[in-house]
Amino acid sequence: MIRFALGGAATVFAGLVSSHYGASVGGLFLALPAIFCASATLIEKHEIRRKREAGLAGERRGEEAAALDAAGAALGALGMLAFAGVFWLRVECSAAGAFAAASLAWLCVSPFRMPCRRGGDRSSTKGGLGAGCRAGRRPCADRSCRPSIGYCRSHGRRPATLLGRQVVFACPSRLWSLRSHRG
Amino acid sequence: MTEYVIRFLAGGVVVSAFAMLGDVLRPKSFAGLFGAAPSVALATLGIAIYQHGESYAAAQTLSMMAGAVALAVYSVVVCQLLIRARMRALLATLLSIVVWLITAFGLWALAGGQA
Repeated sequence: MIRFALGGAATVFAGLVSSHYGASVGGLFLALPAIFCASATLIEKHEIRRKREAGLAGERRGEEAAALDAAGAALGALGMLAFAGVFWLRVECSAAGAFAAASLAWLCVSPFRMPCRRGGDRSSTKGGLGAGCRAGRRPCADRSCRPSIGYCRSHGRRPATLLGRQVVFACPSRLWSLRSHRG
Repeated sequence: MTEYVIRFLAGGVVVSAFAMLGDVLRPKSFAGLFGAAPSVALATLGIAIYQHGESYAAAQTLSMMAGAVALAVYSVVVCQLLIRARMRALLATLLSIVVWLITAFGLWALAGGQA
């Protein structure tokens, strides 16, 4: 219901901006992160509730879950960029064809982020993260090492489990460190 | 008024449909995939083509590219605020809207955008 209301409101807002300030300004608001604000907040609340039911505080876990969603949205924005680019190129030829081609472009680009998010448990680099995943299966005992959302970078043991799966990095900035870690 | 009611319903239906697809499909990583779908754009562009024609929609999608780049910057900033500053999600996402606005309008102005 919240998503329906927000989706409707975002569409009406984009239409209002377009009618008052023109198509060019209105187009900017087609990528407005209004729905993302709600979904990140809902994910955080959901995680906190789950942890509280298990007798834990859950605030940190909630923030981590929302951060993971933000990392996904950053890469998902590339899919949106591909959608817009292909639509812009094709719309003068055929409207239906533009919708189909743009949706296809979005589908082709967006899934590229999924292996990145789940790549840690597939790595087989010796001594790297993947080796730690398979061989270790135990959390890092060093208290100074804080695998806040991803993995212990200095000890390379075990990725933290979040949302039922192994997570390698939280932010796109950590993608770089994942690559360098894999060597 | 009718136009905005139709916009509201169309936007709500498309966004909800993508969200439901993400919830139903497995693995759960699909949820994020459909959560970042250009659902508002699909509804808005459909109405724009019906009302104003293809060139109007083309102008909108050209600006949407700047908005999408701004969305990527916005998401990175939200992620950093959540992890490094340990902000709550609502505060981080609302504060970062300023970053989105600056980036989107900055890119739009750099590209020579005109209202």
